[in-house]
Amino acid sequence: MDWEAIRLSLRLAALTTLALLALGLPLAYWLAFTRRRWKFLVEAVVALPLVLPPTVLGFYLLVAMGSRSPLGQAWTALTGHPLAFSFEGLLAASILYSLPFTVQPFAAAFAAVDRGLMEASWCLGVSRGRTFLRVVVPLSWAGILTGMVLSFAHTLGEFGVVLMVGGDLPGRTRTVSIAVFDQVQALDYAAAGRTALLLLGVSFTVLALVYGLRRAQRKPWTLI
Amino acid sequence: MDAHLSAAAERRFPGGMRVEARFGIPDPGFSVTVLFGPSGSGKTTALRLLAGLERADAGAIAWGGTVWADAAKGLHLPPQARNLGFLSQTYDLFPHLSLAANLAYGLSERPLAERRTRVAELVALLDLEGLEDRHPAQLSGGQRQRVALGRALARHPSLLLLDEPLSALDRPAQLRLRRELRDLLRRLDVPTVLVTHDRAEALQLGDRLVVMDGGRVCQEGPIQRVFDRPTDPAVARILGVETVVLGRVVDVSEGLATLAVGEGQARIHAPDPGSLGTRAYVCIRGEDVLVERGEPGPSTARNRLRGCIRALHPEGPLVRLTLDAGFPLESLVTRQACADLGLAEGEPVTALLKASAIHLIPHD
Repeated sequence: MDWEAIRLSLRLAALTTLALLALGLPLAYWLAFTRRRWKFLVEAVVALPLVLPPTVLGFYLLVAMGSRSPLGQAWTALTGHPLAFSFEGLLAASILYSLPFTVQPFAAAFAAVDRGLMEASWCLGVSRGRTFLRVVVPLSWAGILTGMVLSFAHTLGEFGVVLMVGGDLPGRTRTVSIAVFDQVQALDYAAAGRTALLLLGVSFTVLALVYGLRRAQRKPWTLI
Repeated sequence: MDAHLSAAAERRFPGGMRVEARFGIPDPGFSVTVLFGPSGSGKTTALRLLAGLERADAGAIAWGGTVWADAAKGLHLPPQARNLGFLSQTYDLFPHLSLAANLAYGLSERPLAERRTRVAELVALLDLEGLEDRHPAQLSGGQRQRVALGRALARHPSLLLLDEPLSALDRPAQLRLRRELRDLLRRLDVPTVLVTHDRAEALQLGDRLVVMDGGRVCQEGPIQRVFDRPTDPAVARILGVETVVLGRVVDVSEGLATLAVGEGQARIHAPDPGSLGTRAYVCIRGEDVLVERGEPGPSTARNRLRGCIRALHPEGPLVRLTLDAGFPLESLVTRQACADLGLAEGEPVTALLKASAIHLIPHD
């Protein structure tokens, strides 16, 4: 078993989930409540990773992070190593790739919160930000959890984008899914089988958890 | 106008609908201003303009010395900065918080001891003892209404905005709470703007009346004056004056006007409101119309109209009679009276009306 790859995958998934929590909450809030006419464009951009082939997304990210791009050059100047084929590059790619899996459940949960409750809070002198934390978040915890679990599971299973942006560097960018690919290439079916089973188990558990939660979306405060 | 609240603002919706909030509150002490009108007349939007939940697209709103909104200057004070108590039709209690936490919600910046004291005060004031730890789902409609009111009062607002505060309750609770609510508001000495479409509720709770229709404010003033002296027939109809009929002025003498109404010979005598031209709307309330059988005897009633009964509609203890007196005339009589006189459809009757009970609205 390639424990190094498993550790790397878990670290990548955890960091991606955290970053998406920080990024996704405000973005989803904006999507759920804005009345801007061009909101649909942002929605389309957020949903793009759902339909785009991972190789296409990976290709653009590779070009954007490459040593000849302004971003790649700035990164190298700042940190001393290139962004492409690094863990940081992989993390950035994962964040983009899992964006819809986080933002869509968040936004759906926020939109389901009665606007009247938010208005009641504003009229009680509580700012929009505090209202979000004190009313919207507690009332949409199930959706927030769903989004986080999905982004974690999705990052764990990504392959195409990782291969394009990260390559296959052990300990740096070789994730579990890449490890399976390598093991099959090396005709080591036994190892591939073990790794695949692990991924299957983790993914199933995580999804069962999500759907179980959704089923039990009974709010804890309605006891009757 | 030198009012404490002066609102002359307008919200424009896509599709052309406009709703205005155009009225005033004379002073910062206790008074209840009722926004009254049929559903869809814009009452709630007008209230939301005051709350700052809707942005004024034109006009301005000022409270005391503070400008709350001024569309021309692009000024819009958010609800947080207006020190309001706002109560929506659905109460909007926070479902994830206990009753006590709901009451204390707006006090989070105050010290804990002060918060506790205030919650205890509100619980006592609104008769909610023993329910502090319950969640909204575990409360009855009346209790929820009181919690929502208490939450709105917690921060000692300088203006209270109530959107149909009793409409979510059953009828007996409504009737009981009407009186309680007015007593409570008087004790709190807060000016209140209240939205309702219920005439009895408006009469019982209000001091001042603002009549709205189609997004416009049709009339504003002390409640009795607006009810007694509607300035146009639309207001009269909205206020529920049953009979509003156009008449031709035949004579005006010694303060009394005589009008020919309807197709036939019917004549109506009513006090001259002044500035009568050739035509005027005659407004008659159902409860002011007495009905007799057969020929009329001597009476002080100036108006004796012969006609017949076209329809009878029971309304609780009362019966609404639609008479044909040369024009359609509605009368509200008790069920008992109806039975004693053996009133039925097609029966000839005489309608008696004191001149002083008739209100004329000039129309030219």
